[in-house]
Amino acid sequence: MAGYRRQLYRDDAVVLRVQKLGESDRIITLLTRRHGRLRAVARGIRRTTSKFGARLEPFGHVDLQLAGDPKGNHGSSLHTVSQVEGIDLYGKRFLGDYPRYTAASAIAETAERLTPVEREPSLRLFQLTVGALKALSRGEHATTLVLDAYLLRGMALAGWAPALIACAVCGTPGRHRAFSVPAGGAVCPDCRPPGAAHPAPATIDLMSALTTGDWVVADATESGVRRECSGLVAAHLQWHLERALRSLPLVDRGPSVAGTIPPPGGAGATMLQPGGDVAAGADGASRERAE
Amino acid sequence: MYEGAIQDLIDELGRLPGVGPKSAQRIAFHVLSADPTDVNRLAGALRKVKELVRFCTTCYNVAESEQCRICRDPRRTNEVLCVVEEPKDVVAIERTGEFRGRYHVLGGAINPLEGIGPDNLRIRELMIRLGEGTVRELILATDPNTEGEATATYLALMVKPMGISVTRLASGLPVGGDLEYADEITLGRAFEGRRAV
Repeated sequence: MAGYRRQLYRDDAVVLRVQKLGESDRIITLLTRRHGRLRAVARGIRRTTSKFGARLEPFGHVDLQLAGDPKGNHGSSLHTVSQVEGIDLYGKRFLGDYPRYTAASAIAETAERLTPVEREPSLRLFQLTVGALKALSRGEHATTLVLDAYLLRGMALAGWAPALIACAVCGTPGRHRAFSVPAGGAVCPDCRPPGAAHPAPATIDLMSALTTGDWVVADATESGVRRECSGLVAAHLQWHLERALRSLPLVDRGPSVAGTIPPPGGAGATMLQPGGDVAAGADGASRERAE
Repeated sequence: MYEGAIQDLIDELGRLPGVGPKSAQRIAFHVLSADPTDVNRLAGALRKVKELVRFCTTCYNVAESEQCRICRDPRRTNEVLCVVEEPKDVVAIERTGEFRGRYHVLGGAINPLEGIGPDNLRIRELMIRLGEGTVRELILATDPNTEGEATATYLALMVKPMGISVTRLASGLPVGGDLEYADEITLGRAFEGRRAV
């Protein structure tokens, strides 16, 4: 493009995915705070002497300087990473815990799928993703509960929240026994389509608790209820995405090896807040400066 | 667009990894102007690699017979097994000249984002090998990135109950690098693995 010069700009982002490129480069898929999802090349990152080191591994919250057109009107859609420093590299806390690693992978894939258009800012999804990874790294709640809470709130941001306190078809308020994914959630006896599921009432309560952030109720649930909730959430998400998430069947739903890697910052609580905001402290996390 | 054979060659070369349309065109015209002996040698090498090279039935490294050179070598110990992701990792470790055990090539690393789980790797074959009872130490030499570390964690959880010593390659500061450019994870690992001098 004649007259176009690549701009240097700065943003903070979550690393969603890395893919090999050529001899020693990688394409990094990022969910940024101000510029939405974008892809950037990290040149020479696979070399042992790379200045980027392990800062651009998946699930890290990083502060970046990028080169390219932030609005995407000119030049290549692929930006270049020129500098990076870690804000909170959550990935390192999942390395010794396989269930948490698989759950973090599902969170990253969902974030990517919920942002189909590049460079379309999605601040609330960014905050929700950072909050979910932080909650996962702290290990204060069961891995599957954090994952399901993220999926439910991510769907709410996308406009696909399942109806839980009223009939999805006619809007009749109340706790309805039947749940139909194609209908959009809980359905009353009059609207119940053939083939609707009949989950335990505690399962619908758990879905409500995860959506609103009632962790006292969520933490007290039994494993059978959590399994049923995970099944319904996954079915609901994949119905709306119209394609299966590759990472979701690989999520290890066994007990998390919590405690193998001590949580940073002691016992400070991090709770996902209703509507996708994260509690105070998520953004001002202790910065691991590399300067 | 060119006609006939030259365009076919450009199309085929363009399907190779890292070769774009311009590079494919350049290589095709190089082949066209090259000596016929050199071109026949290249064609022969391409044919031969598909006909002769296969995976070793023991370690899944590349081989030209039932077993690879390393699995056939009687001077190597069967008590130490090194797990790597790809055959090229075997070559990298062999270049050090430090390892005299056997290998097992997984064929990748666990990567849920790409839909690769434990069932897509040669982990079942590894467990069968370990079940034979000759291995005393398992060295996990998967890549020191998120996928490689997760694979190592998974394997350690699977193998430790079998009473086999499981070790992981050390990681830390690269020789020739500057400390100020080391990232938090690498520097942290270097501190964890420090040793008396």
